[in-house]
Amino acid sequence: MKPFIALSATAAPFLHDNIDTDVIIRVERLVGLTGHGDLGPWCFEALRYLPDGSENPDFILNQEPYRKSEVLLAGANFGCGSSREGAVWAMMGMGLKAVLAPSFGQIFYNNCFQNGMLPVVLPRTSIEEIISELRPDTGMTSVTVDLERQLVVSPGGREYVFETPPLRRQALLKGLEADDLSLTLKREAAIAAHQAHDRQRRPWIYESVEVQS
Amino acid sequence: MPGRTMFQKIWDDHVVADLGDNVFLLHIDRHILHDLGGPGGILSVKQRGLRIRNPELTFATPDHAISSARGRAGTSEVGIRLLEGLRSGTRSAGIRLFDVGEVGQGIVHVIGPELGLTLPGALLVCGDSHTCTHGGIGAMAFGIGTTELTHVLATQTLVQPRPKTMRIHLEGEMAVGVTAKDLILHLIGTVGVGGGSGYAVEYAGSAIRSMGIEERLTVCNLSIELGAKIGMIAPDEKTFAYLKGRKFAPAGELWGRATAYWRTLPSDVNAEFDREVEIQVGNVAPHVTWGTSPEQVLPVDGLIPDMADVTDVGKREAAVAALKYMGLQPGKPIIGTPVDWVFIGSCANSRLSDLRSAAEVARGRKVASSVRAWVVPGSESVKRQAEAEGLDAVFRSAGFEWREPGCSMCLAANGETVPAGQRSVSTSNRNFVGRQGPGARTHLASPATAAAAAIAGHIADVRKLGN
Ligand code: SF4
Repeated sequence: MKPFIALSATAAPFLHDNIDTDVIIRVERLVGLTGHGDLGPWCFEALRYLPDGSENPDFILNQEPYRKSEVLLAGANFGCGSSREGAVWAMMGMGLKAVLAPSFGQIFYNNCFQNGMLPVVLPRTSIEEIISELRPDTGMTSVTVDLERQLVVSPGGREYVFETPPLRRQALLKGLEADDLSLTLKREAAIAAHQAHDRQRRPWIYESVEVQS
Repeated sequence: MPGRTMFQKIWDDHVVADLGDNVFLLHIDRHILHDLGGPGGILSVKQRGLRIRNPELTFATPDHAISSARGRAGTSEVGIRLLEGLRSGTRSAGIRLFDVGEVGQGIVHVIGPELGLTLPGALLVCGDSHTCTHGGIGAMAFGIGTTELTHVLATQTLVQPRPKTMRIHLEGEMAVGVTAKDLILHLIGTVGVGGGSGYAVEYAGSAIRSMGIEERLTVCNLSIELGAKIGMIAPDEKTFAYLKGRKFAPAGELWGRATAYWRTLPSDVNAEFDREVEIQVGNVAPHVTWGTSPEQVLPVDGLIPDMADVTDVGKREAAVAALKYMGLQPGKPIIGTPVDWVFIGSCANSRLSDLRSAAEVARGRKVASSVRAWVVPGSESVKRQAEAEGLDAVFRSAGFEWREPGCSMCLAANGETVPAGQRSVSTSNRNFVGRQGPGARTHLASPATAAAAAIAGHIADVRKLGN
């Protein structure tokens, strides 16, 4: 996982509620490819391309200057639905690094942190304000997302404070050496102790799966 | 001091370490792998130079990427590769696999309860968002992502923030022709697809208590469609009767100890929840979705909403886009909408009681000539029991196709898709854009309503189906 510290980049307005992970990446694309990095072209497939395979000019990320967006200004319940982590890989594959939304699908929210993408919860009114300041014609589309200071800065310089779960924030700031797995592996003794105690209290959890077939 | 919720009791019993800031390291009692995520998960543990910590608490079955055609003909090359990967991965790790054609194979969320792997008070995870289904047994169960899956395989634990709690009371008696699926669709329509976000939901109330276990599994299955990762129902005598004698359920002296523990799980009378919702179920009709989100739902005898009625701008825009995608006219009755496909299956509604309910509608009738209708049992064991009861014959003679167990058209792998622009009534749980294939139009409904649509050739009220 790459560290995420701060970012100033083009932010695209995409204020639709309940964007599900099926829309972000179709399951077929996940079955067909092995490398996470290959998914970018299929991100938002149903919205991004017309039935004949050509680009849909109405889709915001197909328009200039939003093609090079690294920040998405999204609607409520973003990333709801399927647990597929490929949704995060696909978004990162097309260059997105942070999503600002009023709320997130819970599994998607966790998956973001596992891969170095930052999900930021901001009230809908704040996101609307930021969007209202975007001036694509004059190139004023840059939003700063600063995880160190937990601050979003709009194109016009307005500041919005946000909160990130502290452990998640630390992990993102540090990158790989702070991923969950590396830290948990150091807790092997606690895991073994828990299981030993649990075996006394709930033996059926361990013993009833020992049936031979 | 307030009492504890069932959620809190189960959570507390699984805490390996309190990591601070409301984040905990939890012990995982049961982990189920499927063909889509399992092979990669096992591989990534190896690649990190680690081993599977508790293979005996891990189980696997292919369901997502295998074809539901006879002999599994039609499984894509990648599907076959995934199946082979699951076979070799589980063999080398010592994980129990329920393979194609064996009792135990089926949709992960159907086989867990059926085999007695899912137990009250157990913490169960799977790399699939509908893992909340298992909460119908009184387990705490939720879906995980790929990185989390690797973490569970390597450590038998998971790092999780503790959600808030919500209790949903479903009170009263369901009318004739109304099912658990209709109730949960109605609830999602009322609370919204984001209504449960951030919460672990407990379903309670007289309607829940009078439901059978399979109906409870259907209710919990759609928790994720409320935005809630976890949905659960307190275990009771019905749960115990359901579990007794199942292959991996505790037996003998362990059974007594287990049931004694399970009886301590229900929420204390004075437990406090962060949010409580109450729904009266008496007037709920059979429901069907009209849009591309499970909250875009209406009683089958209702009218497709008129955009002018929708005040919320975001909701209005979403509704306009959904109606365009679905090819529907606002203000018109949904009944009578012509249907091309009917899919009875998925982890929402593919258990024996679902097939019985659909077969009752299909018995002695014929599928309309314009409709292709599939029945895909949820597991090998459901399939065998249904065949022993003659349900397959009922379906076949009505003109339904009787297929092999798996996810099939719910997620549209292996070309098991609804063609673009065609309309399907499906007993699955997601009507998202393109879910059943690019351009496919999905209406979610109960097995009885789906069967009624197959017979009538259009969306119909199962309570008023003629002969
Ligand atoms: S039946 Fe559908 S929802 Fe259920 S596990 Fe399979 S793909 Fe997921």
